[in-house]
Amino acid sequence: MKQAYVGVAILFLVGLLTSGMFLLLSHLASAYRPTKVKAMPYESGINPLGDTRERYSVKFYIVAMLFIVFDIETIFFIPWAVIFRDLGLFGLIEMFIFIFVLGVGLAYAWKKGALEWD
Amino acid sequence: MEAISGTAFVVATIVKTLVFFVILLLGVALTTYMERKVAGFMQDRSGPNRVGPLGILQVMADGLKFILKEEVTPEAAHKRFFLLAPVLALFPATVLFGVIPLGSPLPTPWGRVDMIVADVPIGFLYVLGIASLAVYGVVMAGWSSNSKYSFLGGLRGSAQMISYEIGLAMSLVPVLMLAGNVEMPVLVSMQQSFAAGPGTYGVWFIFPLLLSGFFFLVSGLAETNRVPFDLPEAEAEIVGGYHTEYSSMKFGMFFLGEYFHLITTGALISVFFLGGWDIPFWRGDNIRVLADGTVIGDPAWWKTLLTMGAFTVKTTLLVVFFMFIRWTIPRFRYDQLMDLGWKVFLPALMLYIMLTAVAVFVLDRAQIVGPAFAGALFGLNLLLMLIFLYLLDRGRLVRGATAKTRAATATEGD
Repeated sequence: MKQAYVGVAILFLVGLLTSGMFLLLSHLASAYRPTKVKAMPYESGINPLGDTRERYSVKFYIVAMLFIVFDIETIFFIPWAVIFRDLGLFGLIEMFIFIFVLGVGLAYAWKKGALEWD
Repeated sequence: MEAISGTAFVVATIVKTLVFFVILLLGVALTTYMERKVAGFMQDRSGPNRVGPLGILQVMADGLKFILKEEVTPEAAHKRFFLLAPVLALFPATVLFGVIPLGSPLPTPWGRVDMIVADVPIGFLYVLGIASLAVYGVVMAGWSSNSKYSFLGGLRGSAQMISYEIGLAMSLVPVLMLAGNVEMPVLVSMQQSFAAGPGTYGVWFIFPLLLSGFFFLVSGLAETNRVPFDLPEAEAEIVGGYHTEYSSMKFGMFFLGEYFHLITTGALISVFFLGGWDIPFWRGDNIRVLADGTVIGDPAWWKTLLTMGAFTVKTTLLVVFFMFIRWTIPRFRYDQLMDLGWKVFLPALMLYIMLTAVAVFVLDRAQIVGPAFAGALFGLNLLLMLIFLYLLDRGRLVRGATAKTRAATATEGD
């Protein structure tokens, strides 16, 4: 089974080469006449106002944190789902408890307003 | 027949990879053309029809233009990340198809060649892992451009993609419950039509897991940033979103990556829910390779071609379906999008996983197997689907803009 990874390695190589080739090809073939105005960030034609890297809504951080929690929970589902028919009633009840805890977490985040966008 | 091994295996893998890659690249090129033709059809106009017969050479003209146009790198951009972002957008999309079984095994004089680039034992996890890499391209492009539109697009895109990734992964948990395996070829062999024997169901998973398929379809659309989930590049609001500052082939790589993702999503739906390369109503293609290497069924080169054709047809139909969606449905509002992901899909999927687990447990206890098992689950899913669609009705969970305004004005009036 380990030799199957040869395919992955070859595919990665082909994928990287394709990306590199595209970059190189356009870099070599394209015209290059930079001007000061061209190199400005695009803001619908007016001069850029202020810096981009300012503070932004905290909601995006919250989504990222919730994602980490719930995505890791999802990873726990996968091995359980694969063998759950061999585990029988024990596996079923265990996972019910797990989903219940997960649900409490979601309900808490919901109640706290972490999922609200306006 | 023995599986191919040794040097012949490496040669076969290289040949397979290159052939499939070139086919996929051509497929992507044709998909971009098809998208415009479908758009033309949906909007009652011709679409591209000037370059070559029926405009089919438009693809090449576009490619040439991508390469020849001037590359602009904004002064304020972070140069290294700016260059890396398109690579990170294209690369995961190109390597994702490596674990997708594309056809029945091909018998050659040197041994059996499986029609899959890399038959890794963790195929399913590979798909999830590589698919989630795509978010880095969006984040990096948005941040490194140092332009406000790009930044907003990157923020939106990353939040959206990670939100729907949960739905994407969780909607596949029921599939794993039925399959009991994470190897992609096994997933296909379990769904082969009329197949009998332990571990097979004889029907495609879309029937016993209808709701799961629906969740995966919608999450897949959101993951590929396509309408109605194309907020990261909503052109009416934030110009081009995260790739506003990109030009030339760098933009082309984002563009290509999107279409690669589109095709792979179609292929993944085929594998997980539509039987992969299985030809419906035909027993001749029921070829299974068991874990110990024995082959059930009768592989032949023409069967390989036929099954690959069937797989291509399924994927193409799904891609066309995505295009129909794109030109039919208007864009979501951002709060609706996040509500749908977190308040509808996540709880619904948790409930659905529990219900499916109970159903599978009960059916196992009652010793119902094969098609009867799938049929019972199908009944349950049909019922759940109806309940879900009823609950999803406007004004209950995902509220329309008018409902919200009406509620706001009503409270003001009191």
